[in-house]
Amino acid sequence: MTNSTMGKAMTGVWIAAVTVAAFLWLPPAQGFRSPEAARMVVFHVPCAILTFVAFLLNAAYSWKYLRSRDPLSDGKANAAAELGMLFAILATATGSLFALEQWGSAWNWDPRETSIVILMLVYAAYFVLRGAVEEKTKRARLSAAYALLAFPAMVFLIWILPRIVESLHPTNTLFTRMGLDVTYRVTLWSFFAGLLAVFVWMFRLRLRVEQLEARVRRQPDEDTTPEPVLTGEQR
Amino acid sequence: MGSHSSGWAHEAFAVFGKDWLLELRTRVALGAVVLFAVTSVVAAGFALAPPSAVAAEVKAALLWVVLFFAAVAGLSRVFVVEEETRTADALRLVVSPAGVFVGKLAFNTVLMWALCAVTVPLFLVLMEASVRSGGLFFTVVLLGSTALACATTAVGAIVAKATMRGALFGVLSFPVALPPLLVSIHATKASWIDDNAWRVATGDLQVLIGFMLVMVPASLLVFEHIWSD
Repeated sequence: MTNSTMGKAMTGVWIAAVTVAAFLWLPPAQGFRSPEAARMVVFHVPCAILTFVAFLLNAAYSWKYLRSRDPLSDGKANAAAELGMLFAILATATGSLFALEQWGSAWNWDPRETSIVILMLVYAAYFVLRGAVEEKTKRARLSAAYALLAFPAMVFLIWILPRIVESLHPTNTLFTRMGLDVTYRVTLWSFFAGLLAVFVWMFRLRLRVEQLEARVRRQPDEDTTPEPVLTGEQR
Repeated sequence: MGSHSSGWAHEAFAVFGKDWLLELRTRVALGAVVLFAVTSVVAAGFALAPPSAVAAEVKAALLWVVLFFAAVAGLSRVFVVEEETRTADALRLVVSPAGVFVGKLAFNTVLMWALCAVTVPLFLVLMEASVRSGGLFFTVVLLGSTALACATTAVGAIVAKATMRGALFGVLSFPVALPPLLVSIHATKASWIDDNAWRVATGDLQVLIGFMLVMVPASLLVFEHIWSD
């Protein structure tokens, strides 16, 4: 317990320190319309990466659920989707603020902007589907199936969109030497590390809530007689 | 292996035949889909009159939006009807999941073709769209409608098991159907206005074919889990 409290405290201090460094230590980026606003990239890119990670996790746990029928995998897939939605909103908000400063418009139908909106639609559809199925195992099964159908479609979308519309986003800046200045790269990945810790913490928290909810649901059921098996699916 | 695969194809063909026999008796899906499309085309044509002033981009987008929402009105019917008439269990007993899926997919594909056969000529006349490359336009409509069926058939199986099916089908289908929709709009526009339309649209056609080659196996893979309780 004290260990996790320590971890949380350290994550908080780390993120606060990186945030301060992003404004005080990081120099403004020359060549942008507003060099000060270019600092946004340090916060924006980690959110976008985590959105993508959450989407992969959602598909992977959905696949695992269909193989194993383990309710925990379903809980993990759902938690990943919820975090994916959260980080998609953060990535879109930070990106829009920067776009407003840099290009004078908060929304440009750039391929990545479009794909993240469609990704949010996929998550929204996933949550609506989960809401529309009462029975727990059926809900897990159907939502896992949907996640695995949406996954290849999203891969296609991310692949074809740049062919149809022009992009404002730079490509290959993250992993090539030429792309970002060293100060920016250090700050960006430091923020990513902090945000990743938050991600893992929230993920575990969500699973614990889910398990507690399951326990609460189970308890009153034990007093009543179980439903006859035959009528279960025929409602 | 040979007898297994032929049994599977035989089952799919039987499901396809059964579903069309039922459909031709009641014409519920056909009526819903075609009437929805015709109503939308007439409403759009009337609202935009004279349509000659409307840009080809807008018309191409309008055509595929109409086709998509018409598909949403009817393509889940083929699974919903099995749940409503309580015949899904009987089907599960006698036919393999793959046979059911391929049969239903074939049904939905032919339904989309029927929809296009009525809607697309009507659209061209009412919206005054002149086609430069008829061969390309035909290919795009054929492949695009087939890709829409491939994208939405498994989703139809999902919503048949959930509540508030009608609304859910549209919400769940849209993100999955978006890649074929976007490239179909792009290629349709090319076939209407571009001089070297085939060259412009080659990539789009490749995407449509690739999409089907990915979505059909993916759907087959998860369909077993959707279909069997």
